Amino acid sequence: MKFEELSLIELVKLLQEQKVSSVEVTKYFIERIKEKQNLNAVLEVYDDAIEQAEKADEKIKNGFKGKLAGVPVIIKDNILFKGKKASCSSKFLENYVAQYNSTVVEKMLNEGAVIIGRANMDEFAMGSSTENSAFGPTLNALDPTRVPGGSSGGSACAVAAGLCPVSLGTDTGGSIRQPASYNGIVGIKPTYGRVSRYGVVAFASSIEQVGPLTKNVKDNAYMLGVLSGGSEHDETSLKIEVPDFLSQIKGDIKGIKVGVLKEVEEMVKGLDVEKTYHSVIDFLKANGAEIVYSSIPDFALTLPCYYIIAPAEATSNLGRFDGVKYSRRSPKATNVDEIYLKSRSEGFGKEVKRRIMLGNFVLSSGYFDAYYNKAKKLQQKLKIEAGKVFSKCDVIVLPTTTGVAFKLGAKSNDPIAMYKEDLFTILANILGAPALSLPCGKNEEGLPYGIQIIANSLNEGMAYNVADYIEKGYRG
Amino acid sequence: MQDFDIVIGLEVHAELKTNSKVFCSCKNQFGSTPNTNCCPVCVGLPGALPVLNKKAVQLVIKAGLTIDSEINDLAIFERKNYFYPDLAKAYQISQLVRPICIGGHIDLKDKRIRINRIHLEEDAGKLVHSTQAIGTLIDYNRGGVPLMELVTEPDISSADEAVEFLTKLRQRLIFADVANCKMEQGGMRCDVNISVKPKGSSVLGQRTEMKNLNSFKSVYRAINYEANRQIEVIRNGGKIVQETRKWDDNHEKSVSMRKKETSQDYRYFPDPDMLAVEISREDVENIRKTMPLMPEELKKKYIEEYKLTEYDADIITKDRDIIKYFEDTIKLYNNPKVVANWLLTDILSKIKDEENAEIKISPKDLAKILTLLEQSKISRTVAKDIFAKVWEENADVDSLAKEMGGSVDEESLKTIIANILATNPKAVEDYHTSDTPEKVFRWFVGQVMKETKGKANAPMAEKIIKELLK
Repeated sequence: MKFEELSLIELVKLLQEQKVSSVEVTKYFIERIKEKQNLNAVLEVYDDAIEQAEKADEKIKNGFKGKLAGVPVIIKDNILFKGKKASCSSKFLENYVAQYNSTVVEKMLNEGAVIIGRANMDEFAMGSSTENSAFGPTLNALDPTRVPGGSSGGSACAVAAGLCPVSLGTDTGGSIRQPASYNGIVGIKPTYGRVSRYGVVAFASSIEQVGPLTKNVKDNAYMLGVLSGGSEHDETSLKIEVPDFLSQIKGDIKGIKVGVLKEVEEMVKGLDVEKTYHSVIDFLKANGAEIVYSSIPDFALTLPCYYIIAPAEATSNLGRFDGVKYSRRSPKATNVDEIYLKSRSEGFGKEVKRRIMLGNFVLSSGYFDAYYNKAKKLQQKLKIEAGKVFSKCDVIVLPTTTGVAFKLGAKSNDPIAMYKEDLFTILANILGAPALSLPCGKNEEGLPYGIQIIANSLNEGMAYNVADYIEKGYRG
Repeated sequence: MQDFDIVIGLEVHAELKTNSKVFCSCKNQFGSTPNTNCCPVCVGLPGALPVLNKKAVQLVIKAGLTIDSEINDLAIFERKNYFYPDLAKAYQISQLVRPICIGGHIDLKDKRIRINRIHLEEDAGKLVHSTQAIGTLIDYNRGGVPLMELVTEPDISSADEAVEFLTKLRQRLIFADVANCKMEQGGMRCDVNISVKPKGSSVLGQRTEMKNLNSFKSVYRAINYEANRQIEVIRNGGKIVQETRKWDDNHEKSVSMRKKETSQDYRYFPDPDMLAVEISREDVENIRKTMPLMPEELKKKYIEEYKLTEYDADIITKDRDIIKYFEDTIKLYNNPKVVANWLLTDILSKIKDEENAEIKISPKDLAKILTLLEQSKISRTVAKDIFAKVWEENADVDSLAKEMGGSVDEESLKTIIANILATNPKAVEDYHTSDTPEKVFRWFVGQVMKETKGKANAPMAEKIIKELLK
């Protein structure tokens, strides 16, 4: 059986009915990871993967009906799984072993998941191409001359290339949605607080979320149900009941109000994605959705807003990697100051250093009000502007990226061009709202475009419903 | 020194008396084996997140109430970023813009010291400089212990005032059960900001700061040394440089640590891992209800309601344990004056010179003895004997009272006294002829007590003696 052709939900069913064993499925995917090693999507297959699968089979035989019973999952390299390495694709943490389980890993294990390995990423989740990994770039699953996007490039590539049925990524400014778009799969950044960040190595704490990457919308809704739910270890996680996202997919979009932003209409002019974007809007309109033309006047400022808030938090979050306790200490250090200086100079890659410096600058006395405080005020303003839109609309539809995956190396020496990869995705992080990317149509080379659906906070179900409808009916 | 005014502001840190740390459930305990009260949160492992211990917030509110602070209705936690090996996350979670308590004051003998704020933060770990070749080690047990930081206005003008202020503050924190303030364990630490200016001048001088003074004696000496140093510098035409100085207790001098130009920029910003803390008026009122009276208030009550002398009230209210003992005893034996008397003459005199002295008789036993005495079931002498036996041997009051007590009845007492008079005719004669019959009378009472082994009821015995001597 070609397991990579099954959806997650189909695979779960086969496993629960014991038509296939977890060991069989797990071995199959591990074999595929080996075959597709050239993609460099997976940094490590855990040596106890088969053992985990054996245990899962045992449990299934005894009547265990966990939502992920026996399902192989790959996690991004910044998510902690006790006893396993978690390097954040950084030389600095190359041999760091997680001392405890993240909440998301705990939730997956409770549902019987078999966590088979960790996926490559941009170092500390900073980047949009996975080229910032200390362990080499991941390749696009559909075209090995192109980037997979990032920072969750390894996770996206792994699902698209059929190395696992589902993977986890993290999204701080688009890091799940953009790689999902570039690899032609589905990824969601849930509502801020929907999924606990406990045990996820922090980059920009106030805006990032863990989310699933899957082949289709329903799989995604299914998986988000497993990951969601507050944690007592995370004040910012929401302690509210988790809805059944799958049941919110109705197969109908009649009367749903789709917001189209004036600013986005302007921005897409001349972009590669323009035609697809308009044809998706037309499709929705033709199928009974009501198109509501709205505006978020400060949309264009989301990018600078993000590149102040995120580095500010990052610079503080990354302070703990200092060579004193667990991160790699420079062998050249001879005193405490040198431990800091040399370990950090040698341990962090270029982009991480750039953002640490940026963050320190915007927080430093004399600049704090001009940058950090202003960005926080702008964030409040954007929330008000978006609030007005959501008072009239159920979802906002916009592109995920400006076009298809770019060539490896094309933007490596132009950080600003790389930052602009997040042009359309950052809004949802700034708002804390859920946003999903799904593949919509292809260019002449067969590379997918991604369309993004942003819903109001806690309304993932609405985004899934619209996305599922597009997935089923839209032929670009 | 007379030509100068000294201007002092204090920053006082006190470790809060919680069971667990401020952002995780590790034990808040002094003296454990290094790095045993630790978890991913307090050693700053990747991915770990702080979860606020509400008890710590309550204690800071309590601290605020002891000094009449305003309690903010919304408190925010911020990150103070700097690198030091004892600071696991490379930032300390603290409060800058919206602390829990704003304002307040403590009144000294003849002056009011205004308080700027009290905020909540986490303590750092501790560096242990190993004597062996392995170098410096880190103990993270203290990392994440809740600390309150109280900042005064620069209202203090001498070392004496500083120590008086600290004494009063410490007493209040201990009373309100906010902190143990064990200075020798680092449970209370003090930073001193000090400047001098020509007497009467309204322009403040440049200040210096001395950090982590851990005894009142150090504070006292450090202030005097530093004030004199600054005055000397100015007199010699020099300028005071804004700097942090380290007080060296052994050599009794301060030395420069860090100049302003190289001082840290802590890059404070709101901690994105934490929610703002809402404090309702109701919360504050509920905490206020649990507040014990502060020493000054108690003293007033003891004098006015219990009619204790000022001296007695003063001594009892100096120490929280003594107050508790006193209060517990009068709950069982409602005569504060008698209890105070015993407490001062029989108990405190015994333990006043001992270190870590404990009162080796429970309020219950003392109350029992005093009740038996009042009911004339035992004599004063027997009462003191029982007290001594309980203190020394932890004996049982009831069985002692049964054995030693039970006063002699009036008929038997009459016989005994008649006997004594009969066998001491000389004394009887003396009583009638002497200029000081009272002295002879007391001798007879003594004889009665001796004969009855102290069981005689003294007033009764006196009455009978007087009758028979007529």
